[in-house]
Amino acid sequence: MRPWLLGAIVLSATAWAAPPPLRWGADGQGGAPFVFQDPMDPTRLIGFEVELADLLAQRLGTRAVPVAGPWDKLLELLARGDFDVALNGIEVAAEKKRVALLSRPYFAAAEVLTVRRADPSAPRSLEALKDKRVGTLPGSLAERIAQRFGADVRTYEGGQDEIYEDLKLGRTDAVLLDEVIAAYYGELDEAFETVRGDFGVVEYAIAARLDDQPRIDALDAALGALIADGSLRRLYERWGLWTPATARLFGDSALTPRGPAIEYERWKAAVGHLPPFWERARTRYPSYLPLFVKGAVLTLLASLSAMALAIALGVLLAMGRRFGPAVVRAACVAYIEFFRGTPLLVQLTMIYFGLPELGVRLDPFFAGVLALGLNYAAAEAENYRAGLESVHRGQLEASQVLGLSTLQTLRFVVGPQAVRISIPPMTNDFIALLKDSSLISVVTLTELTKTYTTLANSTRDHLGLGLLVALFYLLVGLPFARLARVVEARFAQHLKREPT
Amino acid sequence: MTLKVTGLVRHHAGNAEPTLKGLSFDLPTGTLTALLGRSGAGKSTVLRCVMGLEPFEAGTVEIDGVVVQGTNDVSPAQRARQLNEARARLGLVFQAFELFPHLSALDNCTLAPMKVKGLGRSAAEARARSLLAQLGLEHHVGAFPERLSGGQKQRVAIARALAMEPRVLLYDEPTSALDPSLKGEVLQALKRVDATGVTQVVVTHDLALARGMEHVCVLDHGVVIESGAPVQVLEAPQHDTTRALLRDWG
Repeated sequence: MRPWLLGAIVLSATAWAAPPPLRWGADGQGGAPFVFQDPMDPTRLIGFEVELADLLAQRLGTRAVPVAGPWDKLLELLARGDFDVALNGIEVAAEKKRVALLSRPYFAAAEVLTVRRADPSAPRSLEALKDKRVGTLPGSLAERIAQRFGADVRTYEGGQDEIYEDLKLGRTDAVLLDEVIAAYYGELDEAFETVRGDFGVVEYAIAARLDDQPRIDALDAALGALIADGSLRRLYERWGLWTPATARLFGDSALTPRGPAIEYERWKAAVGHLPPFWERARTRYPSYLPLFVKGAVLTLLASLSAMALAIALGVLLAMGRRFGPAVVRAACVAYIEFFRGTPLLVQLTMIYFGLPELGVRLDPFFAGVLALGLNYAAAEAENYRAGLESVHRGQLEASQVLGLSTLQTLRFVVGPQAVRISIPPMTNDFIALLKDSSLISVVTLTELTKTYTTLANSTRDHLGLGLLVALFYLLVGLPFARLARVVEARFAQHLKREPT
Repeated sequence: MTLKVTGLVRHHAGNAEPTLKGLSFDLPTGTLTALLGRSGAGKSTVLRCVMGLEPFEAGTVEIDGVVVQGTNDVSPAQRARQLNEARARLGLVFQAFELFPHLSALDNCTLAPMKVKGLGRSAAEARARSLLAQLGLEHHVGAFPERLSGGQKQRVAIARALAMEPRVLLYDEPTSALDPSLKGEVLQALKRVDATGVTQVVVTHDLALARGMEHVCVLDHGVVIESGAPVQVLEAPQHDTTRALLRDWG
């Protein structure tokens, strides 16, 4: 047998025999110390949960593959089958248990209050939270505690860094969050003071689908083994996460860490004090560029595909509304009003998370493009209708008396005149679509905006990276604006030609 | 080719009285006829009805003795086919020209021959160039309508209609949008077409133009009240309404 053929057979057999990878869902935008991009090398995903997933996968005899998704949608994505488990600060709570199976807790942390140092009016107890503006994460234990004590709760869909930024800027009076988050974001800044007390303890567990008991059993066994051989303790110590609550959870009598928090110190060194903008631009941003380019390519692909769908469907809707029989006209109007009158995010959520209930399970990219395309088709239809109606009725009659068919009239007479009118609003729509494509991050796609928010949270650099992402959007959008002007000029050449 | 309209009735919704009240005329092959009448007399409406741009409630339109519109005992599909056949022999030049603004004079004249008659581009262009040249537009074939004068547009519109080789050509107020100095151009164009044997019907308010025709019909309240040679109708009118019309327009 030829060696290459033998090699191919061995490789195929190995691939066939290898257990499927453990696909675990997490949100990199959540930031340190959970799952985040290494500020010094953003192409690398790091965090204590990244290492935990790797340890668990090793125990299960496979490898761990992270899948990105927004934190507040992780359990929905899990139910949809986008990954096998959700492992990203999922709190043990009754409402979570209703929608997913939870493993034994792998971490516990006390809730702590962070306030502005030397702020005399800062709340320093739960009772003092009443009517105070308190920042926290949505759907967290901290949110429920703050609400119970009558606080004016502000939740943040973005990263944890933003919660502490708002506290610093005086937009909130306190932050109530897990001590690990406070350690990584609050305590970095000397402007803050951490207030500890008996505010509650949160436990994190791994979530699996309700019908996936064998996986939970296997994960529980793996976690038990990692706790027993001290692997988890060593992991948490390196990240500065060996909390008394976790020690008690694991039945470990040594409440204080035995080793240095190497990873925590590394994080502090990287983001504790941001270098000046020009230094970041010179030393850090070049290494971020590949991520932005990757995000920009996805943004562009999704936007172009969605616009192609929107144009095709928009033309049909405009024709139907302008020339169709009453039933078709009514259907077109209903479509346009529905898609124009409801938020794109709702439509995307319905398509991605709702359709599986009807047995339709779409690929994330396809679902994103479909939602964007269906939504923008309504706007396009109205643009084209305006274009069609701008063509004088006499033009249709002239075509009729010359014997042109309806299709020929549209193709050769009405279409070219309508297109010229429709191009400027179409260009606006495409630029708007390009920006709205950021919503597809809801369905696990890391496009340009998600790249920015995740990186900004990992590096605590919102302004500089914001300028960088804005530049990328301009670079992607401006050529199309220019192209539209060229096409428009071409369609309008009959209005510009010199007298003959 | 003869054009015969018999008993045409057209009642526009919302109007107290019908616009056409049984209008009839019979035009022999190759005649150049003016339809005169006050605004609202039904002149433009009859052209639109003949072209099938407006429906009518009663009456018939015949070309060479064949009813092409108005027969009630045919299916909608047959009626549409009849209309297409009729349009293949009829042409209409609109009051506002209705040239296709995004196409050059030449392309305006080649579009329908190529797409409707299936003529090849070179044949269609040769014919269009010839027609445009006959109408004095040989130096404007590449011009877009926006850059043509009113008279030039009017002649392109005539050339576009003639490119489909109609046997009957209808004109709706061909001089109303033109400067008085350009009216002569249009009459000359009509005479050139007349020489080719095409039957022409010209709706007009313009007595000078009507005097250059071979035949005149005067319409009032949706019927023909007087018709004949211009010298007879315009110089010695028999009907009071015609006399009043000539007095007012004179």
